[in-house]
Amino acid sequence: MPKDGIGASTKRREDIRFLTGTGRYTDDINLAKQLHVHFLRADVAHATINGIDTSAADSMPGVARIFTAKDFDGVGGLPCGWQVTDKHGQPMQEPKHPILAEGKIRHVGEIVAAVVADTVEQARDAAEAIELDLTELPAVIDMKKAVADASVKVHDDLTSNLCYDWGFVEENKAAVEDAFAKAAHVTTLELKNNRLVANPMEPRVAVGDFTAHDGMSTLYTTSQNPHVIRLLMGAFVLGIPEHKLRVVAPDVGGGFGTKIFHYAEEAFCTFAAKQLKRPVKWTSTRSEAFMSDAHGRDHVTKIELALDADNNFTAIRTETYANMGAYLSTFAPSVPTWLHGTLMAGNYRTPVIYVNVKAVFTNTVPVDAYRGAGRPEATYQLERLIDQAARELKVSPVDLRRQNFIKPDQFPYATPVAVEYDTGNYDATLDKALDLADAAGFEARAADSKSRGKLRGFGVANYIEACGIAPSNLVGQLGARAGLYESATVRVNATGGIVVMTGSHSHGQGHETTFPQVIADMIGIGADQVEIVHGDTANTPMGMGTYGSRSLAVGGSAMVRAAEKVINKAKKIAAHIMEASDSDIELKDGQFTVAGTDKSLAWGDVTLAAYVPHNYPLEDLEPGLEETAFYDPSNFTYPAGTYICEVEVDPDTGKIDVLNFTAADDFGNVVNPMIVEGQVHGGVGQGIGQAMLENCAYDEDGQLLSASYMDYAMPRAADLPMITVDHSCQTPCTHNPLGVKGCGEAGAIGSPPALVNAVLDALNRNGHDIAHIDMPLTPSRVWQAMNK
Amino acid sequence: MYNFEFVKPSTLDEALAALADEDAQPLSGGQTLIPTMKQRLNQPSKLVSLLGIADLVGISDSGGTLSIKGATNHATVARETASSFPGLSGLVAKIGDPAVRNRGTIGGSIANNDPSACYPAAAMACQATIVTNAREIAADDFFQGMFATALDEGEIVTEVRFPIPVASNYQKFEQPASRFPLTGVFVAKYGDRVGVGVTGASNDGVFRWKEAEEALAANFSADAISNLTVPADDMISDLHGSAEYRAHLVKVMTGRAVAAC
Ligand SMILES: Cc1cc2nc3c(=O)[nH]c(=O)nc-3n(C[C@H](O)[C@H](O)[C@H](O)COP(=O)(O)OP(=O)(O)OC[C@H]3O[C@@H](n4cnc5c(N)ncnc54)[C@H](O)[C@@H]3O)c2cc1C
Repeated sequence: MPKDGIGASTKRREDIRFLTGTGRYTDDINLAKQLHVHFLRADVAHATINGIDTSAADSMPGVARIFTAKDFDGVGGLPCGWQVTDKHGQPMQEPKHPILAEGKIRHVGEIVAAVVADTVEQARDAAEAIELDLTELPAVIDMKKAVADASVKVHDDLTSNLCYDWGFVEENKAAVEDAFAKAAHVTTLELKNNRLVANPMEPRVAVGDFTAHDGMSTLYTTSQNPHVIRLLMGAFVLGIPEHKLRVVAPDVGGGFGTKIFHYAEEAFCTFAAKQLKRPVKWTSTRSEAFMSDAHGRDHVTKIELALDADNNFTAIRTETYANMGAYLSTFAPSVPTWLHGTLMAGNYRTPVIYVNVKAVFTNTVPVDAYRGAGRPEATYQLERLIDQAARELKVSPVDLRRQNFIKPDQFPYATPVAVEYDTGNYDATLDKALDLADAAGFEARAADSKSRGKLRGFGVANYIEACGIAPSNLVGQLGARAGLYESATVRVNATGGIVVMTGSHSHGQGHETTFPQVIADMIGIGADQVEIVHGDTANTPMGMGTYGSRSLAVGGSAMVRAAEKVINKAKKIAAHIMEASDSDIELKDGQFTVAGTDKSLAWGDVTLAAYVPHNYPLEDLEPGLEETAFYDPSNFTYPAGTYICEVEVDPDTGKIDVLNFTAADDFGNVVNPMIVEGQVHGGVGQGIGQAMLENCAYDEDGQLLSASYMDYAMPRAADLPMITVDHSCQTPCTHNPLGVKGCGEAGAIGSPPALVNAVLDALNRNGHDIAHIDMPLTPSRVWQAMNK
Repeated sequence: MYNFEFVKPSTLDEALAALADEDAQPLSGGQTLIPTMKQRLNQPSKLVSLLGIADLVGISDSGGTLSIKGATNHATVARETASSFPGLSGLVAKIGDPAVRNRGTIGGSIANNDPSACYPAAAMACQATIVTNAREIAADDFFQGMFATALDEGEIVTEVRFPIPVASNYQKFEQPASRFPLTGVFVAKYGDRVGVGVTGASNDGVFRWKEAEEALAANFSADAISNLTVPADDMISDLHGSAEYRAHLVKVMTGRAVAAC
């Protein structure tokens, strides 16, 4: 096996260019004769647009053209990629999502006009000369009010502010009611999952180009999935066939979900470039990012747990309000439904579950998937609820969890919320985490804290997620308007080097390092013989991109399938040359051998023969060595684990000090342990950010209160503890060729409840009687809860 | 950013002459001014950099008074006052990050009078004297509420004089996002009095907590303020903390500063 194959902590080859400033990001792309666009964005949340007067601005220096909604007659709205059916069998309400505001402004940050000029500064100058005639309307911000009172509607052409009222599983509802009626104990919690702004380090950028000689449109964009953008924008918005449209997502500086979606700015730059026959570029400022990147989370939930007299979970019932914002972003409807309701069983044997989700339109920025997408919301509710149940029942939260675990011998396990977990061992990760976190020594540490006037707490949370998204036929039945396979082409060059063109997209995950490790392992050559190409629809097969911890599980599987085809063909060539039968050929350490003989051929000899086919079975085999595979998973993968957080609370100020964090994850097989640990570190960092710091807040007029880093608190290194990461508890996935489950989102899913549970443990074990505090647990909120 | 003229004179007189132009504005470290200009919230016709004026930089210590020239940056102050006035050095060392401290100046901070700025708390507690090109102004008179000072148009802070206390300490409780103080308290103990300057907390900007000053003058210990309460009425209430919380923090931070003196 090569030293840099599966299981090696190879250093990330892409980091050399990222760390030396030689990465090529979208903003590094500057085309000849390029124009710049400045978007005039709404500074009110809700208004009727009576008129837009651009007459003074039109003739300002450098202005090429000013666009408003009327220039987009005949252009489609931004499409929504998922249709949810409500509990009455009706499709969700789906308003038009125009590129530029049409007649009405529906959120602060919505684009009202677009000024294209020679320089950004000229465009900004001209934008200030545009006169808007607006009639301001009351804003709809609070979700419950938006549903209860339809007098102010975000969309006048819809019947209400309710996008859908979803019940899952509707057939279970009666059984759930029955279980609650018979319960020995019921625990109820009401909680909010705070709205977040993803804030990738690189803001969004789009460069549209149109080349008249071939009639091609090209969009360079900060995307996690260029093929998806090409399909959505080409087919649904601009009407450009895919062979006339190329989408390139070069180096992308972090996505976290918010760069999945098709945005107005992308369509605008592509459209305007074609109109003006010159490239058009937009680079988001950080301020624009706050009010135009899709936000994450924003759920308000009431969750109830029924238990029998022996503390077995007998039913769960939830009612959630999920904020959609003013329009439906690309995958928004799927997040609070299929990515959330299906995970409500968690790691436990609850026999019946009913999840109700009301998706609501408000005058806020659209909300869509953010690292974890729906699964963090499910995990948070459930793991907070179990802690509260344990407190009410005066039992150990660890024991209550363990007692209700799905046990290792119960897999495959069909949950009452329509998914089947293939493998898992929740006792193992729980034991591992308790051991690594030194649970046994906690009481002594708590006593020490007390002697220093501090309140120490220990919080445990389990999580499970559905990753490796997703079986296309299944998601099709659930309303997806896309397939969720992945693709790869493995191209072997004549001298043996390999280029893999993958439909996955790397924007921090390290594919350029890990994917070659897999190929190196399969063939027995060095990983440096393998190059990964991604991010350009012109030279990669149609792929669905990277999100939902799917790249290795789905994209990696496609690559394995393509490599298997390559190896099979190479074996046939080797058999021909060595005059042996195909079935006797073995490939190991880059050498083809004939079983039972000392005949051998090097990898490079066979690849050369494929392209210089002098001694070659031309009657049976085509020359060349290049194969493509599309892989459609047969199930989701189910990474799971146990996270433990230990905190100290300063009772005088409410400030939390996160002392220790332990993550014991079951990701199945692991290709590059160092990268996996990095993914967990980053995810835990984001989860701690959500739990203690990050809060995207609107006032009741729809003004964004946290519109910059002065008010939106991002986690910093000093906020984070050392994180102990373990992934030794492995139950490999049973249905993909690598046995991998995915590790990208776990950290952000498991950490918020672990931290909040730890803080509530600290407070309650020190004499406070506090059931819950909503995230983020800022010093002020913790102090207020302690001093109510 | 809008277009503007830029001059970098080498004498104070040249700077004052340049500032006579309509909408001209002094520029020191630019840590406050440049961001507001980038957001087009400020449109000076001309920026007059004070950083080229050798006379406006430096620190001197004479007869118990520490004088800091207006254009001296935070990093320099933190470094050079570490032994002569550790309480002030500690305050300055926690302003922003290294980049901010290497650019930002005492004159810019004092003149801007951000309700969450750190320097004003020390200036108030120490009853510092703010020296301008035209006059000397007592701290109590200089700070006049959020972003408001006694400075006239075109007037420049040339120096700030701090009587050096016997003991002093600054406690900064950070606002989680900006890391400016959500509430910051500077306590300065002198032979005959105690000063308590509070920043970040009040709608009226930096203030002296005079009840605490009196109580601490009689008995310089954290216990001395245990029976005092800070009224929440005029405190800031926002995303990061309620008025009650800030009022509470004033007391906690004062106690901690006293204990650390
Ligand atoms: C990321 C960040 C974090 C920060 N954190 C903190 C913090 O924790 N605590 C804190 O106190 N501050 C903090 N600051 C503010 C910092 O201290 C600034 O340096 C200070 O507020 C302004 O100083 P400056 O020299 O940069 O002034 P400038 O930005 O150059 O000027 C500010 C204003 O004062 C005027 N001005 C400048 N110099 C003079 C003068 N000599 N006389 C009269 N008027 C003048 C200017 O015209 C302008 O109106 C932070 C700033 C940043 C960017």
